[in-house]
Amino acid sequence: MKHGRLHPLVMIALVVAATLFGRILPTWTLSLATVAASNALIALGIVILARTGNVSFGQGLFFAAGGYGVALIANAWGVTDAVAQMVIGAVCGGLLGLVIGPLIARYSGIFFGMLTLALSMVLYGALVKSSALGGSDGFNVGRPSLFGMVFVDPREADFMLYAVSVVTTGLAGIAATILFRSELGLASLAVRENNLRIEYLGISANRVITINFIIAAVFAGASGAFALMAQRHIDPQFAYWTTSGEFVFVAVLAGYQSVAAVFVASLALELVRSFSNLYLPNTWQLVLGVFLLGVILFLPRGIGSLWIREKRKRSKPAAATPAAVRKGVAL
Amino acid sequence: MKPILSARRLEKRFGAVVAADALSIDIAAGQKVSLIGANGAGKTTFVNMVTGYLKPDSGSIALDGMNIGRRSPRHVAELGISRSFQIPQLFIDLTAAENLAVAVSGTHPRALSFHSPAEAHGRRDKALELLERFGLADLADRPISELAGGVRKLVDIAMALVRRPRLLLLDEPTSGVSAEEKFATMDRVIHAVAPDAATIVFVEHDMEIVSRYADRVVAFYQGRILADGDPRDVLNDPEVRRYVTGGAQ
Repeated sequence: MKHGRLHPLVMIALVVAATLFGRILPTWTLSLATVAASNALIALGIVILARTGNVSFGQGLFFAAGGYGVALIANAWGVTDAVAQMVIGAVCGGLLGLVIGPLIARYSGIFFGMLTLALSMVLYGALVKSSALGGSDGFNVGRPSLFGMVFVDPREADFMLYAVSVVTTGLAGIAATILFRSELGLASLAVRENNLRIEYLGISANRVITINFIIAAVFAGASGAFALMAQRHIDPQFAYWTTSGEFVFVAVLAGYQSVAAVFVASLALELVRSFSNLYLPNTWQLVLGVFLLGVILFLPRGIGSLWIREKRKRSKPAAATPAAVRKGVAL
Repeated sequence: MKPILSARRLEKRFGAVVAADALSIDIAAGQKVSLIGANGAGKTTFVNMVTGYLKPDSGSIALDGMNIGRRSPRHVAELGISRSFQIPQLFIDLTAAENLAVAVSGTHPRALSFHSPAEAHGRRDKALELLERFGLADLADRPISELAGGVRKLVDIAMALVRRPRLLLLDEPTSGVSAEEKFATMDRVIHAVAPDAATIVFVEHDMEIVSRYADRVVAFYQGRILADGDPRDVLNDPEVRRYVTGGAQ
């Protein structure tokens, strides 16, 4: 461990513990945790992309691509295995990202965000008009299985989906942690801060953005597969802008500095939504808005800044006199 | 001697402003060339054209005989030309060592690794070695946002050195540095650059720095070269004294 960083094996142990924890969770929290894990997965992709300074307001595009891809293949060829469906969703999202990424990486800031939003709404419009895909009503899919096992008991079925989504999101989180510390991860932050200087250093900012974009699309596609498995129904709402907005909501809550923050933010959002919906059914959106405002006001760099800031403070050396000062160089 | 950099009849206009007017210049390997001139004379425009940030309206720029006038900054950097900036262009939230590590990553022809730690495989060692050359090793783990302007300038130059460039362009390396410390700063830069034996072109307004460190001076005026040669001759040229230095030496 360095500066409080967790070893990947410790992270794997945490994922296993979180999965087993599902055995003692009340049934109603299993589906909530499954949705939270699924949303965390797509929000994690947005955070990975945001580290290059670009926010996608249209991740619903890949979310829907993953969901529809899985639904069509499941109904056509009877693929019901949850892991296979997750992989199919990831591949569908990734392939679409591979096509769009290199084109969109040339844009930045608000143009980048609006283009992603526009593309997701184009897909939404096409899905609504497509009678072959059920139009605005969408269509249903069967119950998922796992390695040939069919879960008839609802509690067992919920736990299976919880376990697959937590393990997938957890492994994605470990991969993201490794990515954040890697050459590409550091270059992503550099692109975010100064994409001209990085070109002068011989690194293609467009390539860095494209790779992060494709990773985000893969995560979004897998997340779409989980949403489909949880609802056993798909409709164009998957690609609608409010769906994308919810994922950005989680990413903003989390900030871009910590993977763990994405899981905390996603769970916090689901809890706030569930309880405010239960106790304040007519004003739950207001509660969510106030919650987000509170985080932006007091933690402008997201929930992750709570412990990242502390880590920085701990690792800062005591007031040392730099050699440059001692040798008379201007500071 | 065959020039390492050869610019021929470069033209660049920004509306009515002429930033380069049939500009031709050869720079031989190993020279320390200072570009002087009033603000707007075309010095930084020349640096921007050589490094690919600006494309000349016409004319050619050749590095070792290869035309680079239409190349991007990334390709120019890959060919061996690096630069520092008048206002340091750094990654503010990253530490000094991380800034250098990004620069080291840029030197590999392969794709960036998504699993190898950013400062592994000698990247941190290389970063620390460069910071040490500038006397900044003990600031390696401080974020750039916490460093003073003079230190940022040195980190900016250190990043330009990572590629061991054949031609190094420094845009006002001592601007923002106090009068008492400018020679110490410039000594440190020259000392740090020496192991890589790069040809240096530096834009400078301070004539004391120019006369002490340059072995050739090129005076710019309204996008043209007013005088070019030995520092003493150029700085004593009546036209240079009138239009560029205002009598200062």
